[in-house]
Amino acid sequence: MSYLIECKNLTAGYEGMPVVKDLSFNVSAGDYLCIVGENGSGKSTLMKTLLGLRSPLCGEIIFGDGLKQTEIGYLPQQTAAQKDFPATVREVVLSGCLGRKGFSPFYSKADKKLCDDNIELLGITHIAHRSYRNLSGGQQQRVLLARALCATRKLLLLDEPVSGLDPMVTAEMYEIISKLNREQGVTIIMVSHDLQGALRYGTKILHMESGAYFFGTTAEYRSTDIFHAMSTCDCHCTCDHHTGSKEVR
Amino acid sequence: MPEIFQYGFLLRALVVGLLVSLCAALLGVSLVLKRFSMIGDGLSHVGFGALAIASALNLAPLQVSIPVVIVAAFILLRISSNGKIKGDAAIALLSSSALAIGAIVVSQTNSATDMNSYMFGSIMAISNDDLALSIICSVIVLVMFVLFYNKIFAVTFDENFSKATGVKSGVYNTIIALLTALTIVVGMRIMGALLISSLIIFPALTSMRIFRSFRSVTICSAIVSCVSYIIGIAITYYADNFPAGASVVVANLGMFLIFSLLGFLLRKKQQ
Repeated sequence: MSYLIECKNLTAGYEGMPVVKDLSFNVSAGDYLCIVGENGSGKSTLMKTLLGLRSPLCGEIIFGDGLKQTEIGYLPQQTAAQKDFPATVREVVLSGCLGRKGFSPFYSKADKKLCDDNIELLGITHIAHRSYRNLSGGQQQRVLLARALCATRKLLLLDEPVSGLDPMVTAEMYEIISKLNREQGVTIIMVSHDLQGALRYGTKILHMESGAYFFGTTAEYRSTDIFHAMSTCDCHCTCDHHTGSKEVR
Repeated sequence: MPEIFQYGFLLRALVVGLLVSLCAALLGVSLVLKRFSMIGDGLSHVGFGALAIASALNLAPLQVSIPVVIVAAFILLRISSNGKIKGDAAIALLSSSALAIGAIVVSQTNSATDMNSYMFGSIMAISNDDLALSIICSVIVLVMFVLFYNKIFAVTFDENFSKATGVKSGVYNTIIALLTALTIVVGMRIMGALLISSLIIFPALTSMRIFRSFRSVTICSAIVSCVSYIIGIAITYYADNFPAGASVVVANLGMFLIFSLLGFLLRKKQQ
């Protein structure tokens, strides 16, 4: 069986300083992989390396099944500049189509159709002409998901998609992602602080801690020491800076 | 005002100024949203240094300053993205150094009137030779902007997403810098090194008071900018001794205040 993404002994970091060391894991079509771990364990570095925003220091990332690096749909964390950015929902979603277009300057009919389909899929047709900056956090995430789906239908990489959302919207967001995974066959890689959500929805877990990695199915993960350490530590350290989306175990 | 066109320099200033206003307004939307507002200011000071040296050496002003300012734009972008010296500090360094060098050169060669015209612009600065080059530059900026409009939007809104999905964001950032450099060099003769950056910043901010989509903000900026320029030149023509660049900036300020008020009233009405 061929993998969509296979990481072999990957070392990645900034300016020669390795943050991720000797990491191996793989992603198959249809997987729902959650990457969890402490701050500073290299989750964002790994993600940027997967996206091709940085090159690996050592080791390799192999894309299989006809996947190209630029065919990863990406849901980034929101930036400060976007808070007052004047743009309609449709303008933002359409921009997801640009990656494929090379130097061709304008959107085609097919691009616009794809954009409207994805807007419908995520249930935001009624706000398609509203301004992005006036939407709620949950609505903005849906818009960015629709944009990512315009870029690809194969694989989505989500960077903390529920951070800063209230519990109800968080649950909605998880349902949407799960539905995309089950019904549309979109492979999901999600970087998350929310361990409970990761365990409930993910099929595979990559746990990152400086120097120690775990990669396996969610069930395997539950029986590891690393998980027990993490879930007890959760009580002290992560509940206070999150928005209550996490139950204490 | 038919007699206004009897003066060749006025007509030239009107044509070049309108084109520059248009270009600056279009690019300004992206620059303001990318938090690069000060780049215009930095580049115009570099332009001043280049102009001063060119006139001291009796060289054609535009032919010297265009390449110099383009190089400065590349350096500024490179420094901002590499992050050793932060973008705003890099701009301050470059602009004050260029200003200082320019001031020394001017003091050794020309009179104080020239200094004044470099700093605050002169409506008589555009010669017939400059006119042709200015028009060519402006047309290049306009055509490139229209062709790359969608990419400029994507790179402005979310650079990482664009890069990850295969948009060559480095190329488009470079294009934005190049076009900005061209616009500034062409415009700073009329507007002056100290005032040209307002053409970039004001129209975008003014439009954002009212409009909510990128397209409408862009179109409105273009219109606001041109209207402000015409008002500014009219003030200069009808009021004695009003400097052109300053009048245009004041017209822009007026527009900004009007739009702010309108935006405030609109929001109030919606609530």
